[in-house]
Amino acid sequence: MSKHIVTINKGSLQDTIKFESCSECQTSCQSACKTSCTIGNLVCTEQAKKD
Amino acid sequence: MDNRVMPMIHKFKQNGMDIVLDVNSGIVHVVDDMTYDVLDYYKGDNREDVLKALDGKYDPAELGEVMDDLDELIGKGMLFAPMDPNYKVAIEDRPIIKALCLNIAHDCNLRCKYCFAGQGGYGKWRMLMSFDVARRAVDFLIAHSGPRQHCEMDFFGGEPLMNWHVVQQTVAYVREQEKKHNKIIKLSLTTNGMYLDEEKVKYLTDNHISLILSLDGRKENHDRMRPGVHGEGTYDRVLKNLQYCVAHRDGEEYYVRGTYTKYNLDFTKDVLDMVDKGFPAVSMEPVVGDLSEPYAIQEEDLPRVKEEYETLAKAFIQREEAGHPFFYFHFNMNLWQGPCLPKRLRGCGAGHEYLAVVPNGDIYPCHQFVGRDGYVIGNVYEGLKNMKMMREFRENHVLNKPECIGCWAKFFCSGGCHANNETYAGDIHKPFHISCEIQKKRIECALMIQAYNQMKQPQVMAQPGLAKQLAREKAEN
Ligand code: SF4
Ligand code: SF4
Repeated sequence: MSKHIVTINKGSLQDTIKFESCSECQTSCQSACKTSCTIGNLVCTEQAKKD
Repeated sequence: MDNRVMPMIHKFKQNGMDIVLDVNSGIVHVVDDMTYDVLDYYKGDNREDVLKALDGKYDPAELGEVMDDLDELIGKGMLFAPMDPNYKVAIEDRPIIKALCLNIAHDCNLRCKYCFAGQGGYGKWRMLMSFDVARRAVDFLIAHSGPRQHCEMDFFGGEPLMNWHVVQQTVAYVREQEKKHNKIIKLSLTTNGMYLDEEKVKYLTDNHISLILSLDGRKENHDRMRPGVHGEGTYDRVLKNLQYCVAHRDGEEYYVRGTYTKYNLDFTKDVLDMVDKGFPAVSMEPVVGDLSEPYAIQEEDLPRVKEEYETLAKAFIQREEAGHPFFYFHFNMNLWQGPCLPKRLRGCGAGHEYLAVVPNGDIYPCHQFVGRDGYVIGNVYEGLKNMKMMREFRENHVLNKPECIGCWAKFFCSGGCHANNETYAGDIHKPFHISCEIQKKRIECALMIQAYNQMKQPQVMAQPGLAKQLAREKAEN
């Protein structure tokens, strides 16, 4: 383990390219009047179901 | 190197932590000051430059150690990761629509000063949607969702509870049709809470309808911006209704959302006020609207806004540490099971997978485009007509926007709001600077909080409704 660096999350976004045709997760409007969120705070339904 | 695939990092210090985000992998590292400084210079193959630049500040042997560690991360694709050069965004020939906003009532019982919907009528019509239009919208969604099993529909307005009977008819119709077509349609309803009585709360909870409830924090702020039709304050009634509602949700999803304006740039107080009034899942967001309005957030307010997000992030952590965590939408970021890269390039989906239907049956790219000239892309009776516009929305992702491509936040922000961009820059392709700056600050706070939670493991609050929703889906599958 590094003395200088703590890595918080290990899975790379580049490995998720394979989900190109999925799009089963929730849509997310970013504007103030709706569920305004950044995409980053969604959960991938496919991964979440697995655990 | 092609700037689409260029490796990129972003680093910042907040709350005593030195944080490094590797943009293309989405991997976050917390580092010590030395590593932080090394990353000012180090690119993976220039040790000499680093040793020269930091000569006298750090021990060269230790610098070597840091660079060994960084090399290891680079080797594993966890730092300076390039974008996969073979990746191409797949653009469907026929758009697959999975979410609809149903403007069930173009009328409202409040007169919110910042309302983009012109107090419900969108500057054009005051009318309620008929069940016939709503039913056809449901059929339209099912017919256009192709292989997608998960679809969504939001009852919106105006104030959707002003057309309650049609809401109920539509819910019944959705539940019947989804079974027939093997779909799971997630329903939500956005309301100002004025008409939210016991009977409606029970109905909405029993039917698993997510609720988005509007409250603007402290009473004086709420009453200033969200008056009733005669200018009267509405806070007391809304507060009472929302408190009743939230206490009777039985694990179903909801959250309370507010808007902050130039008048309450100290919005941490509003957030905490809502939490203390019994709403542990909240969101507070910047007003959007005409920059000439006195409540509009201006360029010169940005330093103050950013400082406030740091204050809020600190308060958020303090509450976690004290064993009273709350849930704040913009600080919730799933670094472990977050959306895939393709999703991040779809963004909000407006105009291609998410559309809005208005009472006369016309279809717009999203609720914010409703009423804007030239943006009708079809009708629930005749189907989609303007495929060219839909394609333009689909292609308007961060890798195609010059401003976004070089921005570290691109895979979290996904290019911002097309509607805002159109409002401020007159072009859906041009990001609006104020929104970008606020967005980036929120993302930094969220990254810091996620890193903090991971390292210190305080008590955290889960998103209300998520557990129940996942359990329901497991049972259904
Ligand atoms: S819209 Fe702004 S913050 Fe978002 S990715 Fe583009 S430049 Fe970055
Ligand atoms: S364009 Fe803006 S308002 Fe419309 S769905 Fe996207 S983020 Fe939301």
